[in-house]
Amino acid sequence: MRKILSIALVVLLSACANKTINPDGEEGNQANKGNMSGENTSGSPTVNPLVDPTNILSKRSIYFEFDEYVVSDKYKSMVLSHARHLRDNSNLNIRVQGNTDERGSREYNLALGQRRADSVKRVMTLAGTQDSQIESVSYGEEKPRAVGHNEASWTENRRVDIRYQGE
Amino acid sequence: MWNSLHQSSGSILVLIFCLFSSPLHAALDIEIFGGGASQIPIAIIPFAAEERLAQSVTAVVRSDLQRSGLFRMVDSVSSIPHEPSEIIYPDWQMRGVNAMVIGATRLLPNGQVEVRYRLMDIAKQQILISDMETVSVKQLRAVAHRMADSIYEKLTGDIGVFSTRIAYVAKQGERYALKVADADGFNARTAIEYTEPIISLAWSPDGTKIAYVSFENKKPVIHVQTLSTGERRAIARFRGSNSAPAWSPDGKKIAIVLSKKGGSQIFLINSDGSGLRRLTKSSSIDTEPNFSPDGKSIIFTSDRGGSPQIYRMAVAGSASRVAERLTFEGSYNVSPQYHHDGKNFIYIHRNDSQFNVAIQSLETRQVQLLTDSAFDESPSFAPNGKIILYATEIKGRGILAAVSSDGRTRQELSTQEGDIREPAWGPLPKWRRKF
Repeated sequence: MRKILSIALVVLLSACANKTINPDGEEGNQANKGNMSGENTSGSPTVNPLVDPTNILSKRSIYFEFDEYVVSDKYKSMVLSHARHLRDNSNLNIRVQGNTDERGSREYNLALGQRRADSVKRVMTLAGTQDSQIESVSYGEEKPRAVGHNEASWTENRRVDIRYQGE
Repeated sequence: MWNSLHQSSGSILVLIFCLFSSPLHAALDIEIFGGGASQIPIAIIPFAAEERLAQSVTAVVRSDLQRSGLFRMVDSVSSIPHEPSEIIYPDWQMRGVNAMVIGATRLLPNGQVEVRYRLMDIAKQQILISDMETVSVKQLRAVAHRMADSIYEKLTGDIGVFSTRIAYVAKQGERYALKVADADGFNARTAIEYTEPIISLAWSPDGTKIAYVSFENKKPVIHVQTLSTGERRAIARFRGSNSAPAWSPDGKKIAIVLSKKGGSQIFLINSDGSGLRRLTKSSSIDTEPNFSPDGKSIIFTSDRGGSPQIYRMAVAGSASRVAERLTFEGSYNVSPQYHHDGKNFIYIHRNDSQFNVAIQSLETRQVQLLTDSAFDESPSFAPNGKIILYATEIKGRGILAAVSSDGRTRQELSTQEGDIREPAWGPLPKWRRKF
């Protein structure tokens, strides 16, 4: 039975490998998440903690104040939960994606987004996650989640997102 | 210290251009604001038999010269000369005309067009230029641009840039297209199209390639694309972010920004993607490199002093934190680019909540604000250093604009559809690079 399950996982994994070619799967894809739950040691094999809304690992966004890049205390426990999850699952990799609001130079914003992503990565590596499991990248102002030209949109866009490989 | 030239905006003259050619190719509409105090009065007389051509030559010459802000068009009222002998000089002198363009076109049996023209000095009653070209109908706009270049050079003593090209990114819905167009916005062609953003276009000095940053792999990667073949290659796809390409003047190297060592730092790479070498070594953001015309130094944006400012450092030597700060006005100065004279540079300066184009002398540090719009970015010099192309916003939509380097003349170039940004002015065509 165990063997059958792992074969099923391999099939699922390769299915997702193909899917990751699609540009930015914001919605994620369920097949992929199914495979991650199977490898999880903590809970029921049918619920993936990464998408379970009651699990802190389903929380993926860290917000920043204007011109800020330090991870504020209210996101620490979430970031550390991901750090632990990665430490416990050394086969998992993530990308932390930095974003900024639209004001100012595109390239300077790309660098600011990178600094935010690096800052989240640092919290995780200090907590023992392998450096090789985390790639920090920046979208700068190029992929805004909120498209308005106002403070509400800017607040939403000053953000780092955590994405597990295949998502 | 700030020397804004827009106090005179009350007297600004607005000219709306009717571009004469088929709207199919008219990617950009152009609107001109202002004009120099000492404009040269010129009469451009429609060429003989020109009305039979699909493309008017004189309309293009006229629009080119007018866009420079250095000419005032005087229309012909009664006589329409095509030969020097047909010019009634006293009439034109009385109307204050200094220079006149006359000529003729002839459709040849093989479908080619022969274009003859002369530039006349009306005061001295002399021929300044006399030239002839035989081209296909498709090349008539190009002929007109070359003609405008020669006339501009003869009358101003400066290099004409009407035969150059510009590149920009057009966003339509979720599609991003890298476009290359003639300097007047016509003949826009798509070099490549993505469903992910494209930013930071940089022309190779010989005009054959464009480097840019695309996000197709869910992260910024630097590509170099050859325009004639469409072939492209990723020259920097290191772990982390790869961005801000800038060519060295000899075209052999590209300065780039990588986050692979943490932070955003400036590196140098060969234009084929080999031979990586680190240039800056700081714990701050170092980005937006731009080479000096002699290739010996770069200017770049860094926040090492607490706010983003422009710095300069030598390219030779080992990676270093040492750089000379160049900007001191305000708390946000970014996106620097050298003038081809190496003595001035432009950048974006934040003034309260406005982002504007500024020009600064390296020697005197004198700063002049050239624009007063709300949100300008990505400034880029024309190869003669007289015009600066930049991106701005009108009603939330991105458009291109241009300002003369003395701030006197501004133009807006807008498309019918979509959002345009990230302009970059290409180099002089090869046959004119003797300058």
